[in-house]
Amino acid sequence: MTSLPEPMPGAKKLGLVIDLDTCVGCHACAVACKEWNTGGHMAPLTDLAAYGADPDGVWFNRIHSFEAGEQGHGCTSRTVHFPKSCLHCEKPDCVTVCPTGASYKRAEDGIVLVNESLCIGCKLCSWACPYGAREFDEDVGVMKKCTLCIDRIYNPHLEAEERVPACVMVCPTSSRHFGDLGDPDSAVSTLVRDRRGYDLMPEMGYQPVNKYLPPRPRPVVPEDQRVARNAGQPSRAEKGFAELLRWVDKALTR
Amino acid sequence: MHPAFSIIFFTTASGAGYGLLFALGLLVPLGLLPQGSGFGFVALAVGLGLVTAGLLSSMLHLGHPERAWRALSQWRSSWLSREGVMSLLTYAPAAVFGIAWVFFGEPGGVAGLFGWLMAALALVTVYCTAMIYASLKTIRQWHNPYVPPNYLLLSLASGLLLANTLAALFGGARGWLLVLGALALAAAWVAKEAYWRAFGTAGPTATPESATGLGRLGRVRLLEAPHSEENYLLKEMGFRAGREHAERLRMIARGAGFAAPLALTLLAWLTGGVVAAVLLVVAVLAAAAGLIAERWLFFAEAKHTVINYYGGARAA
Ligand code: SF4
Ligand code: SF4
Repeated sequence: MTSLPEPMPGAKKLGLVIDLDTCVGCHACAVACKEWNTGGHMAPLTDLAAYGADPDGVWFNRIHSFEAGEQGHGCTSRTVHFPKSCLHCEKPDCVTVCPTGASYKRAEDGIVLVNESLCIGCKLCSWACPYGAREFDEDVGVMKKCTLCIDRIYNPHLEAEERVPACVMVCPTSSRHFGDLGDPDSAVSTLVRDRRGYDLMPEMGYQPVNKYLPPRPRPVVPEDQRVARNAGQPSRAEKGFAELLRWVDKALTR
Repeated sequence: MHPAFSIIFFTTASGAGYGLLFALGLLVPLGLLPQGSGFGFVALAVGLGLVTAGLLSSMLHLGHPERAWRALSQWRSSWLSREGVMSLLTYAPAAVFGIAWVFFGEPGGVAGLFGWLMAALALVTVYCTAMIYASLKTIRQWHNPYVPPNYLLLSLASGLLLANTLAALFGGARGWLLVLGALALAAAWVAKEAYWRAFGTAGPTATPESATGLGRLGRVRLLEAPHSEENYLLKEMGFRAGREHAERLRMIARGAGFAAPLALTLLAWLTGGVVAAVLLVVAVLAAAAGLIAERWLFFAEAKHTVINYYGGARAA
């Protein structure tokens, strides 16, 4: 059924909280996601020409890097690494536009999934997602997307502490948090409250469950304490000396 | 959005086909178009042929065409599903009406009721097609109240043009219908110009600032894309029409899609006879080229919010 489940008060809303302050853009979460999920619920995450000049493949998690703030002025702009995957929205049109019932939102925990054996590969759901969270698998002919590692979080074969999404498990800076955002007292909800977590593109009205924590404000260095623009550049004498060393090196290796 | 030929062909061909079925179903039972079974056979074959070819072409676009029947199940929420259901339903009254008309020479009376039902379902199907696009909040060029009237008027104009042409070929052209056809073309043209003016080159509703939530820090610029080569998202939704290319196609759409068929229809009204039939055939060919250009633009100029994650409207 691609009609959305009736929202119930106190219902579970499983999702991620991503800390843009501490994410270092290492892409470990994207790689861990690819690795787990290419053998998981939505397997395979097909790669086309993986080792060619134009590699192409399905990923559920992609890490963008942005510069935000006054640009061209090192002190006031920020580099922000920005991981993006399905936000398991509360009002996801990706589900309601699906003509087959392949896309659905689970009533019990809010996870948005694709039933691969129903999907006809019309791609309409990927057009309806504002966030670019769905990627079509040319090879299998069906739509693929993040499952919130449904095959980990409920997996009795894993140790209790491993029952979290692969991306959360691997993050070296603990910038990814997993939990129930429907419970106001959960650790993730508290984190969102304390750090003023926010929604992406709220104007779209999809009400994403996943939240992003903004980068913390950074102290602004007073003008007179800033490092000079050409700091670290070699002086003329240093340049000449380096030139000499290069010449010696060349002469000796000939 | 990537302008896939299968969808361009589907929306234009089935639009014209449903427009023709609408004209036939409405007017033939009233005795306002030729009643002969020869005309009936050819006209219905053209209408149903265009519709069927369009539907088959849209199925080729699917990853799993053999499962297409599953698309009939979610009509409660999905406009694509509704379109599928309506397009299939249209065949039922079309079959009754067609058999009565072609084999029993009886397009009026009770058969006429089926004609009207076919006409109504044809219009509803086109409306559903338009709503597939108009319901996508992610694309400003589509999610607006101009889109359904655009689709309906284009379908009506191209369908009436076909009806006039076929009638003229069978020596049964009607002056008032030619004028009506010209009016429909003019109305479709005006609607399209209004659409182009309002949304032609507009960017997406959201911005890189709202898409990342980093607007609080200032302007947001993409520093490093997540991947070095194009992925599915960029191939499907990152398509950007070249400005000059788009302008040229807009002129083709204006000239071949609207101005030429309009002028030729009016000329056919003035001349009549064999000349009218020839003029109208030329008008159909011109309109086909023009409508394909118009539909290419409808896709190519549509900007999806996901480009905000790839450097905004500046992204390729
Ligand atoms: S992020 Fe996209 S794919 Fe995920 S639930 Fe929201 S709309 Fe659907
Ligand atoms: S691609 Fe599959 S999941 Fe997406 S809308 Fe089409 S049938 Fe549904």
